[in-house]
Amino acid sequence: MSVHKIKYKKEEEALGKALDSQLFRRLLSYFKPYKLQIAFATILTITISALAAVRPRLTPIAIDDKIANKDLPGLQIIIIILLGTLVLQGAIQYIMAYLTSWIGQKIIYDLRKKVFEHTINLNLKFFDNNPIGRLVTRVTNDIEVLYEVFSSGLVTAFGDIFTIIWILYFMFTLDWKLSLVTLSVLPILVYATSVFRKNVRSSYARIRILVAKMNSYIQEHITGISIVQLFVREKKTVEEFEKINRDHTEENKKSIFYYAVFFPVVELLGAVAVGLIIWYGGGQVFSSYISVGVIISFIQFTEMFFRPIRDLSEKYNILQTAMASSERIFDLLDRKSPVVDPEYPVPAKDVKGNIDFKNVWFAYNEEDFVLKNVSFCIKEGERIAFVGATGAGKSTIINLLCRFYDVTKGSITVENTDIRNFNQQDLRSNIAIVLQDVFLFSGDIKSNIDLGNDLISNATIDESVRNTGLDDFINSLPEGISHKVNERGSTLSVGQKQLISFARALAYNPKILILDEATSSVDTETELLIQEAIKKLIEGRTSIIIAHRLSTIQSCDKIIVLHKGEIKEMGTHQQLLENQGLYYKLYQLQYKEEFKNA
Amino acid sequence: MRDLIPLFPYLKKYKSKIFLGFLFVSVSIFLQSLYPLVIGNAIDDLISKANEELLFKYALLSVGIILTGGFFLFLTRRTIIVASREIENDLRNDFFAHLQKLPKNFYNEKTTGDLMAHATNDINNVRNFLGPGIMYSVQTVLRTIITLIILFSINAEIAVIALVPLPFISYLVYSVMKRTYGRSMKVQEAFSAMTTKVQENFAGIRVIKSYVREKFEIEQFNKISADYQKKNLALARMQAYSFPMMFLLTGLSIIIVIYFGGMKVINGTFTVGNIAEFVVYLGQLTFPMIAFGWVISLVQRAAPAMKRISTIMTTEPGIKDAGKSGINLTAESIRGEIELRKVSFRYPKTEIDILRKVDLKIPAGSTLGIIGYTGSGKSTLINLIPRVFDVTEGEILIDGADIRKISLNELRKSIGIVPQESFLFSDTIANNIAYTGEISEERITDVSKKAGLYKDVNLFPEKFRTILGERGITLSGGQKQRTSIARAIYKEPKILILDDSLSAVDTSTEAEILKELKEVMKGRTSIIISHRISTLQNADNIIVLDGGIIKEQGAHNDLIKLEGIYYNIYMKQLLEEEIKEI
Repeated sequence: MSVHKIKYKKEEEALGKALDSQLFRRLLSYFKPYKLQIAFATILTITISALAAVRPRLTPIAIDDKIANKDLPGLQIIIIILLGTLVLQGAIQYIMAYLTSWIGQKIIYDLRKKVFEHTINLNLKFFDNNPIGRLVTRVTNDIEVLYEVFSSGLVTAFGDIFTIIWILYFMFTLDWKLSLVTLSVLPILVYATSVFRKNVRSSYARIRILVAKMNSYIQEHITGISIVQLFVREKKTVEEFEKINRDHTEENKKSIFYYAVFFPVVELLGAVAVGLIIWYGGGQVFSSYISVGVIISFIQFTEMFFRPIRDLSEKYNILQTAMASSERIFDLLDRKSPVVDPEYPVPAKDVKGNIDFKNVWFAYNEEDFVLKNVSFCIKEGERIAFVGATGAGKSTIINLLCRFYDVTKGSITVENTDIRNFNQQDLRSNIAIVLQDVFLFSGDIKSNIDLGNDLISNATIDESVRNTGLDDFINSLPEGISHKVNERGSTLSVGQKQLISFARALAYNPKILILDEATSSVDTETELLIQEAIKKLIEGRTSIIIAHRLSTIQSCDKIIVLHKGEIKEMGTHQQLLENQGLYYKLYQLQYKEEFKNA
Repeated sequence: MRDLIPLFPYLKKYKSKIFLGFLFVSVSIFLQSLYPLVIGNAIDDLISKANEELLFKYALLSVGIILTGGFFLFLTRRTIIVASREIENDLRNDFFAHLQKLPKNFYNEKTTGDLMAHATNDINNVRNFLGPGIMYSVQTVLRTIITLIILFSINAEIAVIALVPLPFISYLVYSVMKRTYGRSMKVQEAFSAMTTKVQENFAGIRVIKSYVREKFEIEQFNKISADYQKKNLALARMQAYSFPMMFLLTGLSIIIVIYFGGMKVINGTFTVGNIAEFVVYLGQLTFPMIAFGWVISLVQRAAPAMKRISTIMTTEPGIKDAGKSGINLTAESIRGEIELRKVSFRYPKTEIDILRKVDLKIPAGSTLGIIGYTGSGKSTLINLIPRVFDVTEGEILIDGADIRKISLNELRKSIGIVPQESFLFSDTIANNIAYTGEISEERITDVSKKAGLYKDVNLFPEKFRTILGERGITLSGGQKQRTSIARAIYKEPKILILDDSLSAVDTSTEAEILKELKEVMKGRTSIIISHRISTLQNADNIIVLDGGIIKEQGAHNDLIKLEGIYYNIYMKQLLEEEIKEI
């Protein structure tokens, strides 16, 4: 019975999180480098809110003092002031909008840089244990969510508060009694808004879940279209989809209802306020307590008052969503790599390629040992082949030597220094790995060989291209070595990809070469090219090869046969064949035919 | 605009709702246009000192107008916007239903991501045009007309002067929107470039770490991230215009009215109330002017989106169904005799024949084993029988009838196939097994026992009600394969096809399942593809495929005697077993 893993996946459907002061403070700390800009933006918002309130304040002066008194020059002055404030307000508003975006973008950039740098430096175990898609989301979408908080969010929230304060100030200085009457609708507005927000928010949450459900249904039935068709389930599937689609539509219609009610209600409240102003204020006009101009400006104030109140409640929602994202981001930032560099590292400059495995034990998961008491030593310039069935522990040896993982027990030394005393990067710069699954980056052939390393000269690249027999292929391309490589090299053949990865290793001219030979079959011509290239690759350096080719094995100084995490046999090809042990069987299984054909 | 024509039939279905919506929006606009008149009169009366009772009436009147206007606005949303949601629903249903009809070839050429984008983003863009797009254009046109009439009737001269800035608003909004859209597309591109970069770096982390390229990749990422920031700031510069622009221009109109109107008041040809009216009406015009520019940008987005949707909706299903006009064979009446006559196949747009003139007879009720290297054409061969693809040359007969003349549904109903990659839906195990037909617990238990799945399922707390996939549990490869086998048997097909369906099951479990399956295969034609001799050795006939040609054929013992490809594979597998025993 095979071991089956049952994984319960957590739902990542976070809809928002209550305000967490610690999280919020940590989020705020990213504002620090931009203190000045933020201070400036805050001053600007206060100015704008003041200016916005000034205009309605000027209207009564224009009408009551100037027009009523037929003071044309006076009117002109007021008009000029009005125009001036208008233009000023526009200009400041523009600067403010841009400045807040600028601050937001800068902080997002800083944060993204930090998260990416942190993640890429985490060790392989982390990448093996976390789905790549999720990590990508942290760096991209999750950070994007924070943009609104960092840009307009907080600064404009200030602005909204100030606008409300200014308007209140002007209203009360004009006429406090009329102000109180006008503001009597305010509690209703606040209440209506909060009810609306609450409903819309939960409705949106439901819509989001339904959209996700619908999308995953579509996705699943596109991926599984063959099953649907082979089992003649098209009709049923469409029916099922229609049900899900219907739920989605109905929920959307519900949210239409909220909007359809809310906007007329807000307008109605506005009208009630205006009605109160006319009715109560009008009465005061008769008693000559209030002027007509004051009434007009109060009508204008009411209109200006409603927007910031609505905006503020929206800001709170944004902040809640941001909390959920930032929690995930900070969680990633708090991850520590279990493979750490020593405090006082030994320089790894004089590595020649003497490697020693001493009683190495290793388990990826606690007691489940993949390597059991493995010891061997490799001398400078030696070529060692590892042979064994899948799961014997061959790749684990590579992982340990490069310190992608640290040994559980025992030690590995290079030039008699425990590799845990080197900086990981120093150690690795002496090693080049050619993996079975060739990974190519999007770019061109050249950038896939030098991997952007400026220290590798064009001459070196040309030489490694020639030595790996890649030159014929490159010369056949119109763009030559600048030939574009798609994501993962999808347009290249398996053989071409392998040769490129060989050229990559050659160009880096490592002291220690690790080669995980690919098993995939290629045509005879390419096979010959690859065999030739491997010869060049391992020439004159310590090489560790997980071999699948007889020709490679035969050219090795020593063969180590691994079986279920233990070393079973060690020796040269001839010695091991004479032994008639495990190697002999493996040889018959994997290499005999090749031998016959050759 | 021509791309939007396919929407007409959809609109027609909801014509009464849309018509009512037009009516409601007209009434609400009309009422709202009256509102400033009331306020203007109220203020004039304040100045001429009319009685208090009248003022109370004005207050009530203004609230009443907004109340009724708001009610009709409510009705508008309940009709037009609801209709747009209904059309979205219909469109998505039709789109999805059409997808179900398209053949494998279509899916080989399209990425899932693209199709998802059509089903979500594109349809959303069309919906935005149908709902808010139509509602706001009606509002805009009506409100503009009514307001203009009123303004001109109050004072034509002031009206002309005051309206000068308004067309500029529309134009500005339109051009800012257009540029904003262009720039936001660029932001999106930069974002996806960044995502690709991160994705690639994390996927290729082994290479990066072993060649010590972390620093370089961080620099590269920062460059891309900086470019993304740059594109965002370019967008922000454009977006920053929108807000000041809006009130700058309305503010301008209001100032114009106060100044010129004020002069007229001084001359005595205009009242202060008139100024108030103008101010409110101009405020009412601003929004339609903004909406106008917005509607245009909605159309610009909807048209290409609809074009992309139409392209897929008009794609013909490649596999032609004979339907009822064909030969009268049903899933029940098919016996299961299969014959391939000179069958050749190549995938469209390729030049290599995957199968070359294959002749093969599978008697009803017999078992055929297929073995061969990857790429030898095994899976292609069995996919031709349920017509996942149609043969390029030659013909395939079932019970002597060309399968292209049998109703597609009946043909497929008669075949139970277990594909190479076991695809299960995120649903309960029971629903996955009883994928065709009614759920019968008894039968589910029965088939899962036969597929060697029963014991495993019983270990789950929810048993057969366990949900699979993203929201549930992940089955092991072997469990998936066995579920997939159970699903195929549940169908009770006349023809059972197993495409390398036991590869993830260990040999002892395999032997158990094969023993059970032997019962199932009685009376059914079975085709089994496998890399393992142990799976095939009891078949009545075994073929060895190589490069699209049948190289060897016969029963297990015959093939061993032949000492050819089959024999070699057999010997190797014996050795493998031996090594494992060590």
